[in-house]
Amino acid sequence: MATGTVDTTTVVRKALEGKRLNVGGLVFEWGMLLLLLSSLLVLVVLLGDIVSGAIPTFRARGFDFVTSGLSLNPETAGVSTAIVGSIAITAVVAVVAFPIGIGAAIYLEEYAPDNRWTRFVDTNIRNLAGVPSIVYGLLGLAIFVRLVDVVGLGGQTGGKNIFSAGLTLAVLVLPIIIITSAEAIRAVPNSIREAGVGVGATPWEVVRHHVLPSAAPGILTGTVLTLARAFGETAPLIVIGVATGFFGAAADATVLERATGPYTALPVVVFSWSRQSVGAFGDTLAPAAIVVLLFVLFVANAGAIILRNRYEKTW
Amino acid sequence: MTPVPLDLTGDPRRHRRERIMKTIFWTSAAVSIVVSGSIVLSLVGRAVAFFTQVDATALFEIGWFPRRGLYDLLTPLAGTLIVALLAMLVAVPLGLGAAIYLAEFARPRVRRWLKPIIEVLAGIPSVVLGFFALTWISPNLVQRVFADAGVFSMLAASIGVGVLVTPLVASVSEDALRSVPNSLREASFGLGARRSTTVRKVVFPAAISGIVASIILGLSRAIGETMVMFMAGGAVGGGLRQFNPINPGTTMTAAIASVATGSDQVAGEGLTFESVFAIGLMLFVVTLGLNWISNRFVRRIRETY
Repeated sequence: MATGTVDTTTVVRKALEGKRLNVGGLVFEWGMLLLLLSSLLVLVVLLGDIVSGAIPTFRARGFDFVTSGLSLNPETAGVSTAIVGSIAITAVVAVVAFPIGIGAAIYLEEYAPDNRWTRFVDTNIRNLAGVPSIVYGLLGLAIFVRLVDVVGLGGQTGGKNIFSAGLTLAVLVLPIIIITSAEAIRAVPNSIREAGVGVGATPWEVVRHHVLPSAAPGILTGTVLTLARAFGETAPLIVIGVATGFFGAAADATVLERATGPYTALPVVVFSWSRQSVGAFGDTLAPAAIVVLLFVLFVANAGAIILRNRYEKTW
Repeated sequence: MTPVPLDLTGDPRRHRRERIMKTIFWTSAAVSIVVSGSIVLSLVGRAVAFFTQVDATALFEIGWFPRRGLYDLLTPLAGTLIVALLAMLVAVPLGLGAAIYLAEFARPRVRRWLKPIIEVLAGIPSVVLGFFALTWISPNLVQRVFADAGVFSMLAASIGVGVLVTPLVASVSEDALRSVPNSLREASFGLGARRSTTVRKVVFPAAISGIVASIILGLSRAIGETMVMFMAGGAVGGGLRQFNPINPGTTMTAAIASVATGSDQVAGEGLTFESVFAIGLMLFVVTLGLNWISNRFVRRIRETY
């Protein structure tokens, strides 16, 4: 790209264009800039709208909003139940999708021969990445809810709990984890592998001691960003039967009873508060919950970027 | 001279470990096939059950009211088409303009600041944009321009979906523009063409297949988007066949979600449960087809340069 740097291209172009003011060209350039800036304006308006809606809640309640649970009373309703639910779901997603995703990426990059089966798997993963999230919700409803119930984790919800939610979101993010991990593994130069093989290492030893350590920052960054995406997903959870209203666990419930009982997630709470008939939920509580949601996503993204800048290797 | 007996087969335990690891990795890769297979099977199985049991006249009448046994497939299909096309009217100019400016005009320093902001927009969850479409776009844009529009309208949802899709269109088409080799730009400058002429007459046509791919990909994403339409588009639970975008309507995705959020979750009269899977299958086939076409276009730029 010739942009910005004073190189031969720029000098020759300037000389050929002459010094006349180019009105049409300027209009075009400024038009494109205007379109770019309008996307940014949308972002500013969106954040402004949400923050201004959230301020009354945080001013009146402070941190109490984050630590109190669901309630039908807007004065005391908070997001702690939703945060716990979201974190639990994301943990299930990480436990399921992280090993399978990296394993698949290692297979595709390090082991797979270039044949029809490999190309089929590769195309399949790319297609899965484009499947709408709500279709994964239908998959979860048809299979994972029952699967969770069959293996005995159904609890009183008959399988509509954080385990089926976590499995559903895990298969939703799996293709993205595979694609980003495969990219990170591909970025490790072949000379590293050849050096390993040259001193007698087996393929697994090369992967374990050379490829994975070098690709780890890229893989982790991609995984954190993908988990952040799972954290913000709403539609599949709605389909597989997340609780969109008020619920409470008995005070003496065991950990297993709580984990297999009704659950909710932060984006789901945003959704259900937005359509509450009591005005305060939609006007001030929903934007406050959005602020908490965006804050979590911001921390995850910032963490991923710091991770990448700190440990990324340039070859 | 007798040959020295030399065993080069290595430690059998090491060989076994190799085989085990390879099998584990192969299995992980095969999981993705299992996932695809289960998606197709779970959708097709119930969709077939739906189409074989449903009263054929219920598929074409009045509107989409699954709980009352009225399954007009054209209602969510038309809603999806309207919302997705209107969304692209927002996303294509915004996304392409941003891509052209970032790839062709922005100085590196400006680009370093502007591009992450577009990426921030891409990271905003759809439920947040749904809230924004309902509480800001609808009263401040749609209802101000169209006095008889209600709080819920397909137009408000479309604008929200358009904003959601913009970063995708921007990043894919920016990649396409940047993959045009500099020699083409230099040749154009060498003939005395200005930068804007070069962009319009040389770079843009050279990148056209990638740009088309970005638009098709955006369309596919817009069709598969649920929350914005579900929160701001209205017609929760069912709706009449509706072609006017300032009225509430339903899309395929919103139809699925609204059946699921009824007080009885996914349940209800007769074939309600199955009808959702029939819609899901339609949605799956449409988005898969669009993604396939988009991939074909992307492959074309790779082959050219």
